[in-house]
Amino acid sequence: MIEQLITSFIASAAFGIIFSAPKESLVKCGFVGMAGWFLYFLLYSSNVSSIMATLAATLLVAIISQIFARYYKTPVIIFSVAGIIPLVPGGLSYDAMRNFVENDYNMALQLAARAFMLSGAIAMGLLFSEVINQLIKKSKQVKN
Amino acid sequence: MKPAITYEIIEVSLLAGKIMLQSGAETYRVEDTMSRISAAYGISTSHCYATPTALIFSMEGENPTKLVRISERSTDLNKVTLVNGISRQISAGELSAKEALTSLKEIELADHTYPIWLQIFSAFISSGCFLIMFQGQWNDFLLACLAGGLGFSALIYLHKLLEMKFFAEFLSSFIIGVVAILTVRTGIGLEVDKIIIGSVMPLVPGLLITNAVRDLIAGHLMAGVAKGAEAFLTAFAIGIGIAATFIIF
Repeated sequence: MIEQLITSFIASAAFGIIFSAPKESLVKCGFVGMAGWFLYFLLYSSNVSSIMATLAATLLVAIISQIFARYYKTPVIIFSVAGIIPLVPGGLSYDAMRNFVENDYNMALQLAARAFMLSGAIAMGLLFSEVINQLIKKSKQVKN
Repeated sequence: MKPAITYEIIEVSLLAGKIMLQSGAETYRVEDTMSRISAAYGISTSHCYATPTALIFSMEGENPTKLVRISERSTDLNKVTLVNGISRQISAGELSAKEALTSLKEIELADHTYPIWLQIFSAFISSGCFLIMFQGQWNDFLLACLAGGLGFSALIYLHKLLEMKFFAEFLSSFIIGVVAILTVRTGIGLEVDKIIIGSVMPLVPGLLITNAVRDLIAGHLMAGVAKGAEAFLTAFAIGIGIAATFIIF
């Protein structure tokens, strides 16, 4: 478990460098990525389906990113991109592609559909957090 | 409002939008920033339309409508942050249109990316980390690092040399496949699949796919479809690059 935490932290921060995120936000990027991967790994290893696990992890990533963005006055995308990278179904898309090449179209289409569903789950997670954010904003305006 | 000043406002919001689009900001954020900037300068009705390849900005009245073509896109989050900061300052009324224009031009020209060796090193390290995250074995850690680092440096070099993203991605994933298969054949590496998946991650268009689905759901249909096509092309290039190694070996 500890090796998962450390590697996901380093991988997310390294992606921050590749995407040239500002220097002072690299550690935060790593933290967001670590939190997301931790939740995903925890759910996935306790037999939750990978789509639900991805959705929950993305939601967590998005909420932390919103909080960071609000607090440090930077765009959300800096934190959410790095946090989402570990959750992206790269392995699945690879498997799908490999099956296509090996002429096993049945398997390939199944895997491709799953990869598509997973990226849909990531997008839904991001949108949910945005909707929540806007609801909070609106309810504050009403109170004022 | 005098025409000269209005013209400057158009320039400011177009330049801000252009930098953000080129640096990989979300479509809705680009449009939002542009209309915020023009609203802060007192223009209440403006229309902007952003797609990954072009940006159109128009105001009511006799002012000209301008179009900016965007040919090269990369991910540079630092620029997104800087432009965002400027748009905040404009909204707070701290910057005049002229000042904003000069600082935006500075941002456009400046190179904020990290040195290339550091980027390659990040790809190197993250490939190994992904291998561990995907339940690979520590024995393969350095091999995945090597394959990922080589693939990423090939991508940077070939992209400059060929100026064709598709072919550069194809060749770099081909290199990754060759390294992975050769190391496993010679008995140094253990699992081909894990090494390849880990080291391909720095090339995978994860951000593009997610942004595409997100734009589609949010109603930016053109931008969503265009980004989806770009992501699909990249994934396809990586896929056939890897596939080519399996066919040859």
